[in-house]
Amino acid sequence: MKFPVHTSPYGQLPNSVTRLMALVLLALVPGVAALVWYFGWGVMINIVIATTTAVAAEAVILRLRHHRVKRTLMDLSAVVTAVLLAISLPPLLPWWLTVLGTLFAIVFVKHLYGGLGYNPFNPAMAAYVLLLISFPVAMTRWLPPEILANVQLTFGQTLHTILTGHLPDALTWDAVTSATPLDEMRTQLEFNKTISEIRQSPLWGDFGARGWEWVGNWFLVGGLFLLWRKVIAWQIPAGMLAGLLLTAGLFWMFDPETIPFPGFHLFSGGMILGAFFIATDPVTASTTPRGRLIYGFLIGMTVFIIRTWGGYPDAVAFAVLLMNMAAPTIDYYTQPKVFGARKEEDG
Amino acid sequence: MITRKPGSWDFHGGIHRPDMKAMSAGRFLGKVPLPERLVIPLQQHIGTMAEPLVKAGEKVLKGQTIARVTEYIGASIHAPTSGTVVEISEQPVPHPSGLASTCIVLEADGRDEWGELPEPLPWFEELDSSVLRERIRWAGIVGLGGAAFPTSVKVNPGPDRHIDTLVINGAECEPYITCDDLLMRNQADRIVEGIRVLMHVVDAGECLIGIEDNKPEAIAAMRKAVAESDLDTTRVISVPTRYPMGGEKQLIKVLTGKEVPSHGIPAEIGVICLNVATTAAVTDAVMAGRPLLSRLVTVTGEGVKQAGNVEVPYGVLMSHVIEHVGGYSDKAYKFILGGPMMGFTLQDDEVPVTKGTNCLLVASREEAPDPDHALPCIRCGKCAEVCPAQLLPQQLYWYSRSKDLEKTQEYNLFDCIECGCCSWVCPSHIPLVQYYRFAKTETWAQEKEKQAAEEARRRHEARVERLERLERERKERLRKKKDALHKKTADSGTDPKKAAIEAAMKRVAEKKKAQAEEQKENP
Repeated sequence: MKFPVHTSPYGQLPNSVTRLMALVLLALVPGVAALVWYFGWGVMINIVIATTTAVAAEAVILRLRHHRVKRTLMDLSAVVTAVLLAISLPPLLPWWLTVLGTLFAIVFVKHLYGGLGYNPFNPAMAAYVLLLISFPVAMTRWLPPEILANVQLTFGQTLHTILTGHLPDALTWDAVTSATPLDEMRTQLEFNKTISEIRQSPLWGDFGARGWEWVGNWFLVGGLFLLWRKVIAWQIPAGMLAGLLLTAGLFWMFDPETIPFPGFHLFSGGMILGAFFIATDPVTASTTPRGRLIYGFLIGMTVFIIRTWGGYPDAVAFAVLLMNMAAPTIDYYTQPKVFGARKEEDG
Repeated sequence: MITRKPGSWDFHGGIHRPDMKAMSAGRFLGKVPLPERLVIPLQQHIGTMAEPLVKAGEKVLKGQTIARVTEYIGASIHAPTSGTVVEISEQPVPHPSGLASTCIVLEADGRDEWGELPEPLPWFEELDSSVLRERIRWAGIVGLGGAAFPTSVKVNPGPDRHIDTLVINGAECEPYITCDDLLMRNQADRIVEGIRVLMHVVDAGECLIGIEDNKPEAIAAMRKAVAESDLDTTRVISVPTRYPMGGEKQLIKVLTGKEVPSHGIPAEIGVICLNVATTAAVTDAVMAGRPLLSRLVTVTGEGVKQAGNVEVPYGVLMSHVIEHVGGYSDKAYKFILGGPMMGFTLQDDEVPVTKGTNCLLVASREEAPDPDHALPCIRCGKCAEVCPAQLLPQQLYWYSRSKDLEKTQEYNLFDCIECGCCSWVCPSHIPLVQYYRFAKTETWAQEKEKQAAEEARRRHEARVERLERLERERKERLRKKKDALHKKTADSGTDPKKAAIEAAMKRVAEKKKAQAEEQKENP
């Protein structure tokens, strides 16, 4: 009898890139739902625009690169990138900026470097930074959380704003939008107010900013789910949170009136999302166990530095990109000791 | 120093895969009846290929040495039964390449008549270990766990190395395989007897028998046999079931806490590790004077009608073994030699069982699906989490793929034991082990090439030097000759050439003088 020939091992753990990406998307659900709850339909509309653009762009470029289109799209990595970018964007961002950002992420940051697995930079964060630097006004027009908003936009009004770039008649940007809590904190500090004065404002909740803190909590739930399912390694989120809390805590102890309480950092911006969903992108992160701790720690530290003294309050994106650059070097110096490694020879 | 219990250490990584042992565990389906024709490969072990001692047409008796290795690393081969050598020729052998190799083809006469055997050595304790090693070598015993490394070499750590611990490997961590399990259940005494011999041969202080805890019957049987013996420093240790627990380095680590050095052998840390079946073969060689002629083989998988263990003389074709257990089922899809993690597929079942054959796994399509299309590596690091050698498989993959062989060495490619854990967990379904095998083979080839180049360079240099030396010698000879000539003329005082020149010059001068005078006279 004749048999087919293959190499060992035979069989596979039932796991795949598609499954991992699907789990990430699933884990995003609670956080995204919270975002929609607090910031309206714009979040959902952005996700739809970004996902459609990402899939279309990837399909085109895969064809240009003579790759199997359907099979590669099925890995869902483009969808994950699109969703991560979309939920980082202001909910009323004009559609063409979302499209531009997504195209940049998929075409330039991902595929020009060779596609999935080869990109040195996190595509969603690179696109976010591109948009932030190129379109600072549009990118900082955030909505206040629903509980604080003067004006509630309906689905129709939101869609109109996103598609036209203009608010419906009788509404002004000043009335509808507000600064992000991070922006607010920074501006107020620049006016030489103390933290306790700043925190008098109704903007602030129990841990961080109202609304935002609950979004953070729900992303945390998703993040813990990913840890439980072993989709992500614990080292990166742990390192990142430790890096941020330790650095922030240290400075806060010396100067609690101008340095916000460490918890503020955790629950006011994209920190939780960043720690569990963005910095953990395996392609662009460090891969050794010790390296991941260091990588996360350095991101956390950089986030604090940028938020406190940097030019932009949107620190997570910058910190992640900076450490993406450092990841290969970190890996090189943190190789695990191999089994039976011999002691260094004398001399 | 805190002393820890043997077996309380751990190795990094590893995987849990359904062990599938229930299909064949504890089932002995008898000895395969001898076929008329046996194909006995001359290479059934790691090391130099054996040289035949018989010729076509020659009659041989059971147990007669029919091939031998003169080099140190090798194993003799004996006739598994009596009969006539038909031919010595290239035959298909069980090798991943599917290539043929030299085999002795034997036609059995059906009498199964024993030849002359050396005397049993039940008084082995009074004998020098070198005598016993020689006996083990004579018996052609190799590691029966699958690696087939000559045992006589393994039990010779050299005079400078002291062996503290003899480790007997009964872990049998590969899914599906149960032949060692069966041996331990049914022939624990034979194994224990072998341990007594080996303890004397390697002069070890203690012996640890490691068995995975999914084999409670084997553990109980071995414990009973050890308790009934006079071995008071031998212990049976139940170790957790986790692949690759039965890897030599992994088992030694778990039992003793010691790590075999990278690129090293267990003897360097005072340990020698042998498989249970190998140990039983040592008993036969020493206590009965019988060579290794057959072995237990697990035949299993959804692709056979009946799964179990059979005793097979080596040289019997696998198709014959399958027939003996009832043949293939409709689900037979892949023929795997060894387990599903480290075995290799055969294209054809018309190849002989050899000393290293521990399992014929006829897998169904569900058991051994065709590999999925590989996606790019996303550097998730799952492979590093499970690597028992604590390597970074994702980096090794990267460098193997780009043929950066130097870098693969930097990332300790040769510490890879090819256990397959990385490929098993890879979400991108990359055949990682395949890449490492490729890189290893490439490195060996390059090393060989380098050696060849080095050799060529040396030869060239030697040639240039020889030519230069010859030239020097020639010149020297010439110079000497010249000198001798010179001396001769100097000695005689007259150099004929010089004299001739002087004479000529004299003549010219005289002629010139005469001419000048003539001109003076006739202006």
